[in-house]
Amino acid sequence: MKNCEYQQIDPRALSVSPLSAQNPAETKAQRPRRKWEAFPGKNRFFCDGRLILARQNGVLPLTLGLIVVTSGLFFAFDCPFLVEHLTVCIPVIGGLLFLFVVASLLRTSFTDPGILPRATAEEAADIERQIDTSGSSTYRPPPRTKEILINQQVVKLKYCFTCKMFRPPRTSHCSLCDNCVERFDHHCPWVGNCVGKRNYRYFYSFIISLSFLTSFIFGCVVTHITLRTQAGKSIVLAIQESPASVVELVICFFSIWSILGLSGFHTYLVASNLTTNEDIKGSWSSKRGAEESGNPYSYSNILTNCCVTLCGPMPPSLIDRRGFLAPDEGIPVASASEIELPPFTPKSEANMCTQSTKDVLERMLRSSDFHGLCPSGTPKTSPLVPEVPGAPPAAKPPVSSGCSRQLAHRAVVDPCPPFSKSIRRDSLHSINPAFRLASPSPTLSRSVLVVGDGPDVGFPPQH
Amino acid sequence: MKGFFPTSTDGNMATEFHNLQELRHSASLANKVFIQRDYSEGTTCRFQTKFPSELESRIERTLFEDTVKTLNNFYAEAEKIGGQSYLEGCLACATAYLIFLCMETRYEKVLKKIAKYIQEQNEKIYAPRGLLITDPIERGMRVIEISIYEDRGSSGSSSGSSSVSDSTAR
Repeated sequence: MKNCEYQQIDPRALSVSPLSAQNPAETKAQRPRRKWEAFPGKNRFFCDGRLILARQNGVLPLTLGLIVVTSGLFFAFDCPFLVEHLTVCIPVIGGLLFLFVVASLLRTSFTDPGILPRATAEEAADIERQIDTSGSSTYRPPPRTKEILINQQVVKLKYCFTCKMFRPPRTSHCSLCDNCVERFDHHCPWVGNCVGKRNYRYFYSFIISLSFLTSFIFGCVVTHITLRTQAGKSIVLAIQESPASVVELVICFFSIWSILGLSGFHTYLVASNLTTNEDIKGSWSSKRGAEESGNPYSYSNILTNCCVTLCGPMPPSLIDRRGFLAPDEGIPVASASEIELPPFTPKSEANMCTQSTKDVLERMLRSSDFHGLCPSGTPKTSPLVPEVPGAPPAAKPPVSSGCSRQLAHRAVVDPCPPFSKSIRRDSLHSINPAFRLASPSPTLSRSVLVVGDGPDVGFPPQH
Repeated sequence: MKGFFPTSTDGNMATEFHNLQELRHSASLANKVFIQRDYSEGTTCRFQTKFPSELESRIERTLFEDTVKTLNNFYAEAEKIGGQSYLEGCLACATAYLIFLCMETRYEKVLKKIAKYIQEQNEKIYAPRGLLITDPIERGMRVIEISIYEDRGSSGSSSGSSSVSDSTAR
């Protein structure tokens, strides 16, 4: 580990020079990667990070298939008869319900449930310092808990070894997705995602609307067969005329029991502001008959509980999926040619110190150009912590992430390309304190310099 | 340089920029202080207003507390449950949540205000004292990270040996 020696920065070297001419081969070889490509959890991403799904999503196609097939059969075989004999409202209502069900399902499946980004190295080190550990000989220290008071009730916060932080209350770590999820309800295989703070309302509307849809289809099919029977035919003949109805009946019959039961259960959870996780573990049921006073999060008013859970403000996604990562080498491409230094090698600490310091200043000078493009204030996070030395460095988001997110909202495909390429940061494994701009955004608040983290911080061995 | 501190007046801009340049030229990151969440009122976003000891020599207690309290108020406003949030929620439900594709939620609007506020605080109060606040949204809303800078010239940093400054890296 070499000591980083700060060199006097030559102001002339700080002249802003155009990026385009610099090392085009390097920039071409390194396509800027988005953060979702290096996301540590077990998730799958689609549409360039806009949609997120659990890795194990095997049953989602089945769910979709069942819904689509049943509804399709309904519209194809039952609706014509019913429109003729009853009213045209039936397929209209059925169609609306179907669309709502599918929209809710897709929303539930593809929305970030409230994943908490893993703690940065400095944060984890700070937490470590605050915990009294008797020597670091054990690889895995005993489970750490912290007790806090919530509404005058003692709640234990557990330490998450994977995410290296104390889990906020109501947060749980999903082992299937390998993420800490806020207000974790459960991992639903039918939906192919965790159900947590951000997608619970979609999940709830999905099961409620699905209950209505299955009941509606069931009712209509029964009406259909009854009407056919009433015309003087036997049931067997009626069924023979419309075989699809039997299929629908069977599917709906079995679905109704489970879906209605689930809806009822979740309605109870919503009314008492509980999660499935808490209910199963019995976290607040120690006081029998006084469960609502046992739950520190409940508002002790059913209507308020419902409104808060279902109509409350929509929190933002804390993992910045579409932000840009630094390339693996983490070397500032733009600055390499401007400093008169020996040929650049990736792990040269001395180079990185001066380059990154100079890079900081350079980026700030440049940020004035950038500010015109990208409005500040887009939520961004720095989610990654390197699990293993040598793994891709954890990077802090450049402002282009904010830009790309804003632009994505405005349906512009191309994020801020020239600037993003100029944003590089040193590998986290440059052991010496090299200056790195965490997020060289126009807002000063995001211009955090990150010091190189290495074993000298006293970081516990990473698994 | 132009537009680097977009919210400052022209008169202040030069001064602030100088402060920042001097900061970068002469300062090294000495330590980071993390202000943790305060869960005493539930899971709503609040940060502890306890004044960390590392900042005692750097900034006045009242200024720090003001910043944290203002941030807490912003977050309370974002997460406030009332008429407007219910309306937003019901409207979203009625449109099968498609309305979020074109509309910005109230939370996002408040987050933008927070980002502006933090930038302003950094420019006016924290950078001149060698400190820098990171927006909590970049840390998963878990902590307010305050970076402490030390003059490169002065070897004795008040933050002590636990800092990750250059002298420890060998």
